[in-house]
Amino acid sequence: MGETIFSKTKGLTNTPFHYCPGCTHGIIHRILAEVLEELAILQDTIGVAPVGCAGFIEKYINVDFQGGAHGRAPAVATGIKRALPDKVVFTYQGDGDMASIGTAEAIHAAARGEKFTTIFVNNGIYGMTGGQMAPTSLIGQKTSTSPYGRDSSQSGYPLDFPLLISQIPGAAYVASVSVDTPQNVIKAKKAIKKAFEIQMKGIGFTMVSVLSTCPTNWGMSPIQSIKWLQENMKNYYKLGELKTPEMLNQ
Amino acid sequence: MKKYLMKGNEAIAEAAIQAGCRFYFGYPITPSTEIIEYMARKMQQVGGTFLQAESEIAAIYMVFGASGSGKRVMTASSSTGISLKQEGLSFLAANELPAVIVNIMRTGPGLGGLGATQADYFQATKGGGHGDYRLIVLAPNSVQEMTDLIMDGFDLADIYRNPVMILADGILGQMMEPVIFKEPEKIEIDKSWATTGANGRKRNIITSYNLHNEAGEEKALYLEQKYKGIKEQEQRWEEYHMEDAEYVFVAYGTSARIVKGAVDQLRKEGNKVGLIRPITLWPFPEKAFIPLLNRIKGYMVVEMSAGQMVEDVKLNVNGAAPVAFYSRQGGITPQPEEIIEKFNNSYHKGGEQ
Ligand SMILES: Cc1ncc(C[n+]2csc(CCOP(=O)(O)OP(=O)(O)O)c2C)c(N)n1
Repeated sequence: MGETIFSKTKGLTNTPFHYCPGCTHGIIHRILAEVLEELAILQDTIGVAPVGCAGFIEKYINVDFQGGAHGRAPAVATGIKRALPDKVVFTYQGDGDMASIGTAEAIHAAARGEKFTTIFVNNGIYGMTGGQMAPTSLIGQKTSTSPYGRDSSQSGYPLDFPLLISQIPGAAYVASVSVDTPQNVIKAKKAIKKAFEIQMKGIGFTMVSVLSTCPTNWGMSPIQSIKWLQENMKNYYKLGELKTPEMLNQ
Repeated sequence: MKKYLMKGNEAIAEAAIQAGCRFYFGYPITPSTEIIEYMARKMQQVGGTFLQAESEIAAIYMVFGASGSGKRVMTASSSTGISLKQEGLSFLAANELPAVIVNIMRTGPGLGGLGATQADYFQATKGGGHGDYRLIVLAPNSVQEMTDLIMDGFDLADIYRNPVMILADGILGQMMEPVIFKEPEKIEIDKSWATTGANGRKRNIITSYNLHNEAGEEKALYLEQKYKGIKEQEQRWEEYHMEDAEYVFVAYGTSARIVKGAVDQLRKEGNKVGLIRPITLWPFPEKAFIPLLNRIKGYMVVEMSAGQMVEDVKLNVNGAAPVAFYSRQGGITPQPEEIIEKFNNSYHKGGEQ
């Protein structure tokens, strides 16, 4: 018998993902689940599901879950964390969920310095509903509701939501990462782990934004999608640690 | 027990705290604001959590999160703010999360004004939000009853795992009356369904999302059954001079107080009139009408709306006798003389209908 060098994290259930081929929700689920296991908080964590492609996340991540309405996860998480301050709480939200319909809840949770972590998945489109324009869709990006390409004179400019949140005093940690290469997956996992550790220290609101692909609704192959993300999204969205607790005292 | 002179809104807040509510999430709006202000002061003193939310939408989802975590939780607002909460109420009901929601009504539609009104009866009792769900709706008519029903409301919410709405108006919220806080009942409530971290047990999941029609129907039938049970068990109403009544008024809340004056006066003038005052608006007290159907000559509903509860009364009288209606709207309260005049016009002038 050889030595076990890899096994699936206990943070994931045995339910197979329903995500489309090449979609990066699966990678993000896995690193999130690994972090929860490594921090030994699977039994102390309550997740809040979004409305979007990840609306069934509770089937996959092995913790207690609540799921509210589209965009309201930060308010639900606020209620949970206030009720159970010793537990670990996270939301997992798409760009439509958090940066459009749920903007008020997200910004004010950050402003109050609510001590939960948000995983923000920016795929530049509304995946769940079949590929409509998101607040994060890039200029010129064709979607079913911007069929001629996003035109700034009509629909304004893409919103760099983590950058916005990083400006808020109550936000203790905001990182913007990508999962387009193995190295970046490792970096993304580090950021997620750091966010949870800062939550557990009770410093303030924490958020990790992850650039993600949507091959189905972008109309590309998985490989083309990764390339498109690298050549387009990465040029627009500021990556790296946008806010750290050290910056709070400066 | 000690008697306090208190404003309705403050009595609501105090009763909630005495009922063990330690979580309050709200957004200010007249004429309910004393509730949020009282909670801001008091929650800190009792080691509870008070949070002024960024909106009524956020507040109701904070209620959702805290309730899902197994806590007694309340929010309060007025009409337009309650409209914003409707999506959340549907989600609370769908997930069977207990909570108490207070609506100190102001006039509508639109922004409206601050006068006393009962125009949110439909919204409270017929759904308001999307999907087939029910709120348990309690309608107090005094400061004392506000405190009693808040306490009962928390118990009903926990027992049935369902949101409970207290429906009152600005007069009840603002007026001062003597009040005694009853000893809250101690009921055993199992909240092992709450999401508190899956430590030593299976995971708890609170969600209403489901894409399988078969499971959807199963859930719908389950809720339907639950609501039937509530309807069977929880109808409440007050009867006033009903023993020998030939004509019956039906009114709730502030209108019912005014109608009592009209009943007294009409009785002095020799009319055998009585009052049925629904206390649960949902479930509507259908049982109150069953023994009346063969003997009552006429009904008269008084509301501060264009006629909302009157539809439920007509449904239950089911053509057995005429149902007259009187209302004032837009913040004006009906006066006893007007009610008496309408009654006489309906049932005495030109012979009995
Ligand atoms: C109140 C409400 N409005 C609209 C919808 C429809 N809807 C469901 S998911 C979604 C957008 C999802 O996009 P995003 O948040 O970016 O997540 P993704 O599916 O791309 O992961 C919309 C508009 C809804 N469920 N509820």
